[in-house]
Amino acid sequence: MALMNMAKSINLALFEAMERDEKVIVMGEDVGPDEGVFRITEGLHAKFGDKRVLDTPLAESGIVGTAIGLAIYGIKPVCEIQFSGFDYYSFHQLECHASRFRNRTRGRLSVPLVMRAPYGGGIRALEHHSESREAIYAHTPGLKVVIPSGPRNARALLHSAIQDPDPVIYYEPKAIYRLFKEEVPDKMETLPIGQSQIVKEGKDITLISYGASLRATMEAAEMLEDEDGVKAEVIDLLTIAPLDATLIIESIKKTGRAVIVHEGPRTCGLGAEVVARVNEAALLYLEAPIKRVTGFDTPIPYFSKERFYLPDPERVLSACRETLSF
Amino acid sequence: MPRKPIELPQIEYLSILDEDGVVDKELEPKISNDDLKCLYRYMLLARRTDERMLMMQRQGRLGTFPQSSGHEAISMGSVIHLKKSDWHVPAYRELAGLLYRGWSIDSTLLYWNGYEEGARPPEGVNDLPVCVPIASQLLHAAGIGMGMNIRDEKGVVMTYFGDGASSEGDTHEAMNFAAVYQAPVVFMCLNNQYAISVPLSKQMRNETIAQRAIAYGMPGIRVDGNDVLAVYVATKEAVERARKGEGPTLIEGLTYRFTPHTTADDPKRYRSEEECKLWTKREPLHRFKKYLLDKGVYKEAELTALEEELDALIKAAIARMEQASTSEELMNPLAMFDYLYADMPPYLNEQREELRAHLEKTKNAGKSPQHASAK
Repeated sequence: MALMNMAKSINLALFEAMERDEKVIVMGEDVGPDEGVFRITEGLHAKFGDKRVLDTPLAESGIVGTAIGLAIYGIKPVCEIQFSGFDYYSFHQLECHASRFRNRTRGRLSVPLVMRAPYGGGIRALEHHSESREAIYAHTPGLKVVIPSGPRNARALLHSAIQDPDPVIYYEPKAIYRLFKEEVPDKMETLPIGQSQIVKEGKDITLISYGASLRATMEAAEMLEDEDGVKAEVIDLLTIAPLDATLIIESIKKTGRAVIVHEGPRTCGLGAEVVARVNEAALLYLEAPIKRVTGFDTPIPYFSKERFYLPDPERVLSACRETLSF
Repeated sequence: MPRKPIELPQIEYLSILDEDGVVDKELEPKISNDDLKCLYRYMLLARRTDERMLMMQRQGRLGTFPQSSGHEAISMGSVIHLKKSDWHVPAYRELAGLLYRGWSIDSTLLYWNGYEEGARPPEGVNDLPVCVPIASQLLHAAGIGMGMNIRDEKGVVMTYFGDGASSEGDTHEAMNFAAVYQAPVVFMCLNNQYAISVPLSKQMRNETIAQRAIAYGMPGIRVDGNDVLAVYVATKEAVERARKGEGPTLIEGLTYRFTPHTTADDPKRYRSEEECKLWTKREPLHRFKKYLLDKGVYKEAELTALEEELDALIKAAIARMEQASTSEELMNPLAMFDYLYADMPPYLNEQREELRAHLEKTKNAGKSPQHASAK
């Protein structure tokens, strides 16, 4: 076991994946000698060289578009888009091509690429550097979307993403890159894509979140317990597409109440999908409407006021209390 | 004769004022003393503002920002040809041009300190705000130019991008559209030789960015981007062509970013200090100052007074920004809802009300919103 932060554990996963499979390459802007603007590709260029760590020209559509060709050719590209705010240029390649090759060639061709990008607010970044638009990808058939919430699951999920036979969007909540450390096993491990996890057991209310928002959610769960004696069950989605609602539904059958927390905008966000799934499978178990604590349906404000936009423990706590007293 | 070379235009390089401040008398443009002073004033104001902003950022009084030092000649040498009614479509290193166009120092400070108010263009000029995404503004510039043609209105659009941006698909599309529709656009490339860490040699295999103009069917030229006189001459010609309805031009200014990409970057990781020193000597202000002194446009004492005057302007702007940034108006988070649509949809108003009530509640409880990661 080694204690490390999430930036380091993602770096470790890349290193391990490149060591064990020579088909794996890393490509993106400044991922070479500069080792990425968040230093996620640290040591990779020095170890694996120009042929496997590609500093690309500045063109996000170019990065993902060529990664599709590379993947079809039998190479396993792990693309880095420097900030998720710039991956709209690559969206066309993902939506029209990466997500469709398997389907439109009736299984003859596939595109096993990974697109990594730091996303989300909370680091006082400049405009276009703090968005949380994971729902766009979750809404795109043929893509998988994975979002880790800490060092250990980040490393395991990245291995799963790289080994996956289909295109995977791997969104990194950059606010927690270096926020805390966790024990990470020496032995390489994976985590199945498409499975959520219970991170805290409880019986009174179900809290659902993912990424950086899980921190605020956990804080609220602790406050609920300390101040109200309420035991919340907390679920970390980890994969938002394909979304497996099994754990959520089982939990709600037990608690009858739920709050979902994410920093992306509310309308058509993951919260909306979770509510719909619960309605389909467990409506009659509900004691109260499910509440959503989310970013608002506006662009995230520039950093002087981003804290008002991001779900904080207070907002989660208020929503829980309203749900509990419904 | 089925196989023979195709005649293509040549690409010129223009340099008038060398790095020691020696002017090529044959190429020297006739510029009035007032305009020379204007060029220098805004170049210097941008430089001093940029330097002060770096200090503030290091002190935690300003957010991450891309420094503009070293890029003043390309910005000012071109923007000075614009009328107020013309359009200025910047990227993010054109501080000199923004200040000349009437953007206040305050607005620059506010923008990079995380206030939307800093992106609101001043009245009376046609400017788009700073564009952080790479290259996309070039298409907007092309569109504005196409609009002028559609309406049979005379005008020019001056737009800016970097060597890294030259790799984006939008750059290609913008130049091709502008050329096809003969839009009156001047594409100004600030080629500072690095896209964060990636050097030109890894960005492209072509010798110059200017030569891409040939491919689009527009005139192109490379100039010494640290030589404000060369930039002035090349853009003057481009603006005159645009005003006559002769379409777009591509001008590549070769310069160097002797600062980091942004305040979050460490250039020691990807380039040598010798290289940086060599190019820092070539920066645009030093040589232009010498030229102005030699020409008698300024006396030393006047330049000292100018430094003092600009310093006072910057200090006053910082004080105003720091006061304004704590004001109720600028700190009102509810403003995030107010400008999204011309008419606020009901559901958005409900979210606004939800946040208002939450703020009220936490204020009464003596708590302010805090995100775990922001602590």
